[in-house]
Amino acid sequence: MPPRGPKAMAKPKNAKNTLRRLIRYLGRSKRQLILVFCCILISTAATTAGTFLLKPAVDGYLTPLVEQASQNLKVDLTPYLSFLLLLLAMYLAGAAAQFLSNRIMMMVSTGTLNHLRKEMFDHMEDLPIRYFDQRTHGEIMSRYTNDTDTLREFLSQAFPQAVSSALSILLSLAFMLNLNIWMTLLVLALTPLMFKITATIGKKSGASFAAQQKAVGALNGYIEETIEGQRVVQVFCHEEKSIDVFTGKNEDVRVAGTRANTFASMLWPIMGNLGHAIYVLVALVGSIFIVNHSATLGTLIAFLPLTGQFSRPISNLSQQFSIILQALAGAERIFELMDEPVEEDQGYVKLVRCRKDEDGNIVETPERTGMWAWKHPHKADGTVTYTELRGDVVFEHVNFGYVPEKTVLHDVSLYAKPGQKIAFVGSTGAGKTTITNLINRFYDIQDGKIRYDGINIEKIKKDDLRRSLGMVLQDTHLFTGTVRENIRYGKLDATDEEIRRAAKIANADFFIRHLPQGYDTMLTGDGANLSQGQRQLIAIARAAVADPPVLILDEATSSIDTRTEALIEKGMDGLMKGRTVFVIAHRLSTVRNSQAIMVLENGVIIERGNHEQLLEQKGKYYQLYTGMFELS
Amino acid sequence: MKFTQILKNCTGEYKKHLILCPVAMIGEVAMETTIPLMTATLIDKAIPHSQETGEISQVLLYGGIMLAMALISMAFGFMGSYLSSKGALGFGRNLRQALFEKIQRFSFKNIDRFSTASLVTRLTTDVNQVQSVVMMLVRMAVRSPIMFIMALIWALRLQPALVTVLAVSVPLLAIAVVVIMRMAFPRFQVMMKKYDGLNSSIQENLIGIRVVKAFVRARHEKEKFAASADEVTAAQRAAEKVVLWNGPIMTILMNCSVVAVLWLGGKMIVGGEMDFGTLTAFITYITQILMSLMMFSFLFVGLVLSRASIARISEVLEEQPDIVSPDGAQNDVRDGSIVFDHVNFSYQGNPDNLVLTDVNLSIRSGETVGIIGGTGSAKTTLVSLIPRLYDVTSGRLLVGGKDVREYDIHALRDQVSMVLQKNVLFSGTIRDNLRWGDENATDEEITAACQAAAADEFIRSFPDGYDTDLGQGGVNVSGGQKQRLCIARALLKKPKIMILDDATSAVDTATDARIRQALRTQMPDTTKLIIAQRIASVMDADHILVLDEGRIMDFGTHEELMQRSEIYREVYTSQQKGVA
Repeated sequence: MPPRGPKAMAKPKNAKNTLRRLIRYLGRSKRQLILVFCCILISTAATTAGTFLLKPAVDGYLTPLVEQASQNLKVDLTPYLSFLLLLLAMYLAGAAAQFLSNRIMMMVSTGTLNHLRKEMFDHMEDLPIRYFDQRTHGEIMSRYTNDTDTLREFLSQAFPQAVSSALSILLSLAFMLNLNIWMTLLVLALTPLMFKITATIGKKSGASFAAQQKAVGALNGYIEETIEGQRVVQVFCHEEKSIDVFTGKNEDVRVAGTRANTFASMLWPIMGNLGHAIYVLVALVGSIFIVNHSATLGTLIAFLPLTGQFSRPISNLSQQFSIILQALAGAERIFELMDEPVEEDQGYVKLVRCRKDEDGNIVETPERTGMWAWKHPHKADGTVTYTELRGDVVFEHVNFGYVPEKTVLHDVSLYAKPGQKIAFVGSTGAGKTTITNLINRFYDIQDGKIRYDGINIEKIKKDDLRRSLGMVLQDTHLFTGTVRENIRYGKLDATDEEIRRAAKIANADFFIRHLPQGYDTMLTGDGANLSQGQRQLIAIARAAVADPPVLILDEATSSIDTRTEALIEKGMDGLMKGRTVFVIAHRLSTVRNSQAIMVLENGVIIERGNHEQLLEQKGKYYQLYTGMFELS
Repeated sequence: MKFTQILKNCTGEYKKHLILCPVAMIGEVAMETTIPLMTATLIDKAIPHSQETGEISQVLLYGGIMLAMALISMAFGFMGSYLSSKGALGFGRNLRQALFEKIQRFSFKNIDRFSTASLVTRLTTDVNQVQSVVMMLVRMAVRSPIMFIMALIWALRLQPALVTVLAVSVPLLAIAVVVIMRMAFPRFQVMMKKYDGLNSSIQENLIGIRVVKAFVRARHEKEKFAASADEVTAAQRAAEKVVLWNGPIMTILMNCSVVAVLWLGGKMIVGGEMDFGTLTAFITYITQILMSLMMFSFLFVGLVLSRASIARISEVLEEQPDIVSPDGAQNDVRDGSIVFDHVNFSYQGNPDNLVLTDVNLSIRSGETVGIIGGTGSAKTTLVSLIPRLYDVTSGRLLVGGKDVREYDIHALRDQVSMVLQKNVLFSGTIRDNLRWGDENATDEEITAACQAAAADEFIRSFPDGYDTDLGQGGVNVSGGQKQRLCIARALLKKPKIMILDDATSAVDTATDARIRQALRTQMPDTTKLIIAQRIASVMDADHILVLDEGRIMDFGTHEELMQRSEIYREVYTSQQKGVA
């Protein structure tokens, strides 16, 4: 294998803490790790001891035998054979220990990663929307891919190898000392040089890898952008210019990459041959000792390979060290995600199934009555009251900003009753979507109150609140799975019949039945095989199957042509009956039949009323509306 | 395209580096395999000689030779590092360049065939993969076999009888490696697939996090994720369990060989047929031979793993751009007149599955034409044919009186400005982006275009005005602002034909009207095609085209269509509902 340079020299910010935490994670497999350590110790000991035993093989068995043979005495090879068999047994034990340590470490590393992945995902699902607003998908994604990968490499390879390298250095040093102190001192005198060279090259290659990483980042960014916009590039005949820019960045990558790879791969010939040089020096000095009779041939024959077992792990350690640094940086990013505070929920009002008793009082029941109520425990006197779920929404002087310095909504007050359709109109950025994001508490308001069936929504458990709201969002987002499964997302225990009915309401039944596999057609890549309009229809069906008392339609029909929209509306009228509906739309035709239309501008409701009233006011709505006809 | 052909085409000026690197590697290996032989000579000849004569000149001589060899080996090693890095990175650059230039010549049809994401992967990950295989190839492909051969030759010269040990262990190792790889590959493939599935489910959750939260489905998603994470782990364990055997098998074979050599060699030493030095050298050679075999298997694994990348890269390189300028192409577009003459079109070129059917249409230069039709009625397809983003399947399309296929593509597209439905801005300042329309546009021209596109006002409200940095993909502006910038960019081309494909969908109606007004007064001679959802956006056009399922249903003025076109009336009323 070619030498592996460090991929990215992202250094961990707080290596000590991260390491401690990582060790705590591994602590779960403490017993296995101790076993792994023992196994590595056994296999390293077997290898180094095997080399060391060349001395008795030569001095203890063979040399006397040669002498006996030269004196024409009868030679008995049996003791030598049993010695070799013992050696073989030791080697086999070493190999078995090696296998065992690999195997256990593999189980530990895959298990730890599995655990980590799930924990990360579980935590991610509980993070507030705000967290996802502030980061790109790629940024979060790389914690699952790159960072987990480096961690895997660390756990399954770098970590056990570092242990074995360190043990190999120590053990071979001990054996060398045992063989000959002076030759060992010679090796030790040269060791700092090896460390120095390794460190210097490591530093240089680290710096040049960082430079390469930067160049690669710039190139990849350019590639991504240009290919994304390839159609625009062609429409504007910009191909030649794109190639020019690309050529420059491509050359930068080549220059930086050549430098980085040269440094990284230089370490091996240097360390390898430095090892050779030490080997030669030891051979020289050892030979002189033999000539002087201050060392035996067996000592030299055993000592020479031990120098290799001592010097090779030094360069290995430097490689493993850079992997460890990367893994720590990766682990740090993973822990960072897991340390993000989750969505807070102090709500205690719950949604429960209920029925009315003979006196007309609401009582809780486990039966499926189709009736729901808010169960409101009062802390002060310990009583519990039940309020029927109706879908009454009231905003009282609500102020909100995504960042504290910049208010997006100013003093918004409104009320919506079941059976009413409330529409929000205004230009992009006026705060329409923000209002609906507040009802389901994707964000919390800074000032004012929002009441749902008379209850402050801050007191309602978030999950129950959201369950009572049906959302059809501007971006539809379907999941990999069949059409049926996607609609069922609105109500996990919905029957096929319910799904069909919901699809009919959304006017989606017809086109779904004409898909190749009908309701069982697989959707992949966010429903890429459907048109935007069809995806919106499925999203509407998904909300319809949930059957919530409040519906929020955020530009839900923007990509559906007005004729189809008119058809859906017929179905929607049925769906909307008895429900509170919030509609956000760009097209005025979508909102015209609302009970109340709110015109928003810069986060303030500047006009409100029904279509006719607003036209009479001759304000902004009138302008927007007549703007359509201005040129006719 | 085969790997060898890609290699041949893309080595370019780095050919000599890629050829010289193996040569340097041979030099390194030659030294590396000869040093043990020198050790043997040192122990067997020089030391006894010195012991007899009492002078160490021979010991020093052989020691000196070995030291020199180590230094030469290091020099060769350096060269190898440099040459392989330079050669492989240079090859990578050339390959990337070839791919990128090829993609720049792609037509829309070519692009449709690949997804954007897959093209990006091919240019980045796949090229890197192939590049690292090339680096490994020049280092190892020659090095390992040469090491194998040289070590074997020296071993044979030292003591042919001992080579029998290798005759057993080498085939055994080879068999073990092949069996392990054979078993591991399908398992790794399964693992990769599961891994892809896991990643796409994370991605889905990132994109759809609002849906997950709105429907309170976090628990459902967590369960789904846990199940697929467990599957990944199981698949990973199944694969790695096999590969695990590699190390221990290598260790066992190596150590058994060493013990066998110690036994057989020991007997020979006792028998006086061999010396101790030869024995030590032999042990080193066994290590070198088995290691080189192992290295070679790694190389093989690398090659197999890169097979998919190579296939993906060659797919792009082999793709033929299907729209090219003809020989003797026309450069001059006379005017902005457009004629569709019995035009049929299918994306697959299949006459039985037409998207546009028998379109006949004549538009005079300078006219404004609105296009109305439901989702999927092929509005975008129709206008895409005009700048020859696609070629007609049959029939003819004339621009400025000539078939679009007679023009130089760039000359045609310079005169046909199109604002796409899915539009993009690029990183850089607003001014940089606008200059796409006209590289040499003066500041006055840029301002004028932005005023016409109703963009000047909001651009000036930014602290940096026209020098505001847009960031990748134009993230710093709202949807409506982005659309207006795209219109301004298209205006700067001063084209003979201007196409707006639902280009103002995020712009409010009043601004939309202002833009259309500006287009009319400032570009009276330019033919304007406007695709819109809102009737209001087209009702003032000279003519309105009504499309339905790829057929022209009607063509006329607003008044005419209100009288005779049912579809048009229906669309109109659906947008007027509730008006008294």
